[in-house]
Amino acid sequence: MSIPVAPPGLAALLDGKRICIVAGSGGVGKTTASAALALGLAASGKRVAVVTIDPAKRLAESLGLRELGNEPSQVDPALLASHGAVIEGELWAMTLDPKATFDDLITRLAPDAQTREDVLGNRIYQQLSSAVAGSQEFTAVTKLYDLHHDGNFDVLVLDTPPSRNALDFLDAPDRLTDFFEGRALKLILVPTGIAARLMSRGASVVFSILKRLTGVDLMDDIAVFLRALGGLMDGFRERAAGVKALLADPATTFLIVTSPEREPVAEAIFFHGKLREARMAFGALIVNRVNVAGDEDPDELRAQLVTDGLADALAGKVAQSAADLRLIAARDAEQIERLKEELDVLHPVVVPRLDVEVQDIGGLLALREALM
Amino acid sequence: MTALLDHRLLVVSGKGGVGKTTVAAALGLVAARAGKRTIVAEVARRGDVASAFDRDGSAPFEEIELADGLFHISIDPQDALEEYLRDQLPRGPVADLLARSRVFALLAAATPGMRELLTVGKLWELAQLERRTPGADAYDLVVVDAPATGHGVAVLTAPRTFAAAAGSGPVARQGRRIDATLSDPSLTAVIAVAKAEELAVTETGELRRSLQESMGLAIERVIANALDPDRFDASEAEQLRSQGAHPAVARALRGHERALRQRAQLERLAQLTGQVAAVLPLHPGGPDIERLADELAPQLHAVLPAAAAEAPA
Repeated sequence: MSIPVAPPGLAALLDGKRICIVAGSGGVGKTTASAALALGLAASGKRVAVVTIDPAKRLAESLGLRELGNEPSQVDPALLASHGAVIEGELWAMTLDPKATFDDLITRLAPDAQTREDVLGNRIYQQLSSAVAGSQEFTAVTKLYDLHHDGNFDVLVLDTPPSRNALDFLDAPDRLTDFFEGRALKLILVPTGIAARLMSRGASVVFSILKRLTGVDLMDDIAVFLRALGGLMDGFRERAAGVKALLADPATTFLIVTSPEREPVAEAIFFHGKLREARMAFGALIVNRVNVAGDEDPDELRAQLVTDGLADALAGKVAQSAADLRLIAARDAEQIERLKEELDVLHPVVVPRLDVEVQDIGGLLALREALM
Repeated sequence: MTALLDHRLLVVSGKGGVGKTTVAAALGLVAARAGKRTIVAEVARRGDVASAFDRDGSAPFEEIELADGLFHISIDPQDALEEYLRDQLPRGPVADLLARSRVFALLAAATPGMRELLTVGKLWELAQLERRTPGADAYDLVVVDAPATGHGVAVLTAPRTFAAAAGSGPVARQGRRIDATLSDPSLTAVIAVAKAEELAVTETGELRRSLQESMGLAIERVIANALDPDRFDASEAEQLRSQGAHPAVARALRGHERALRQRAQLERLAQLTGQVAAVLPLHPGGPDIERLADELAPQLHAVLPAAAAEAPA
């Protein structure tokens, strides 16, 4: 069995890139692949920051990631050296705190202290910014944008949220801009009186029914929230446009990570299609946790092992194990073929299934070895 | 205690990549075979359950029959919103206007928790004996293929959060009604799917805690999926180690080590969840729903407490 090795290599594919966005469905090893990739880039002399969304506790602890701060901190070079990693550059890492990122954004964009306090203290804002799905995608790209503009790093690696829908991520800037620019906001911002009479009749019906359905209190909160946010609109729109441009920048590339299983593969193909539609750069395909089997025939193997002195029953179990592994490996190979065809990729980066779960620096080094 | 399949809603949750969809489909099949009219509802996905049955997953918001007594639906919040409006408002131009209104869609999308509420509202509707959807028949059981762990809890808590935030009005009332169903252990059961791997097991422990804290619900049944076979006993493994360097033997030994690590994780899973998990073996040729249902059925009811019974603090 030969593993197809990518002739260009991941390092070459990513040459000249300043932002690597790692996408893929949940549970395929996206976070560890991001961290291992960042480690590899740092080893080759780059100053790299990896932004993770929700790393497993042990991995975070292993990298010395602080829970608080919402800013990258450097992974201790001595710690890396103690694992035998030669790092010519620097590896920095952070765990994204969506709430803190959102708060920072409001603070940066608020024209005055009153607006800032109105927004930060609003009940709707507090709920929206804490854990509502959808804001994570937006805050991730917001953080990326800030780090990029601070200019402290050669390369940024972003581990994307475990989103069911890749679109949420690509559309994050658009969706929020749409909303802020949309008629919905204007409806609420428009004062009563003459302006109200100018509102289309249909729209006011919509508004009053919504009010009736959702309860007055909540609507008032939404109105206050949106009115306060109105003061931030210009800054916000500018920011969203900047984020959008950054995602489409030639120095930005998307990496798709998948395991060789049917559903994550379908998701990878779907996401690739969306990338193409959005005209964003697709840098590399990483197929993680691929099972590799031998090419011996199970029956011949059994006979061989018996000749070598193994009891027949035991030889039979080994042969059964080999036969099962062949089935699994064949299934994986089939999915890889499907990916190559659908994504038009000649040489995906294939990472064999490792014997350990990657959750510390040692594991990351092993993964980097396989990746790069 | 209500038998597992006698609930109205079975919410299948777990870490991404553990095979939730497959297990939800198998559970649905077990229930359908037991004579229950069952629907497997996917949340925010594109018809994966249907494709597990080799069916086309298009037109997912429709209730389609996959097998005898087993149905499928994929829930989209926008569709759920339109349906909800048609149900709440007198039929006619206003309902049509709202359903098509971009303003309304934007407001709904921007309202915190609204997507989750609409999704879970549809799940609740499916579980009603008197369906609101015109002409729809009742189901005995709704199996929910929920989003990955963290978001899964958010979907369950959405009605409660929403009702608290809205205070009054039809949506708040609706939120409280849905919450009453979701937090009633005789109506709703949460099933946690895990793989016997450290991260997935840890996350299952966290799910148990957050469910307890946010909903007062316990995990009714834990299912460990895709377990590797443990083929060799200690003396056989020893023989193989001394056998020398045949690559197939080395691979078999690595498989053995992995199987042992998985057994250790099963122990941890039992400790963290307070029960011995139902175990589904890995299918080398790909998950076979019919076989999974065969394997799952006898394990669903015999819940054994873990030796140490309670999770360590």
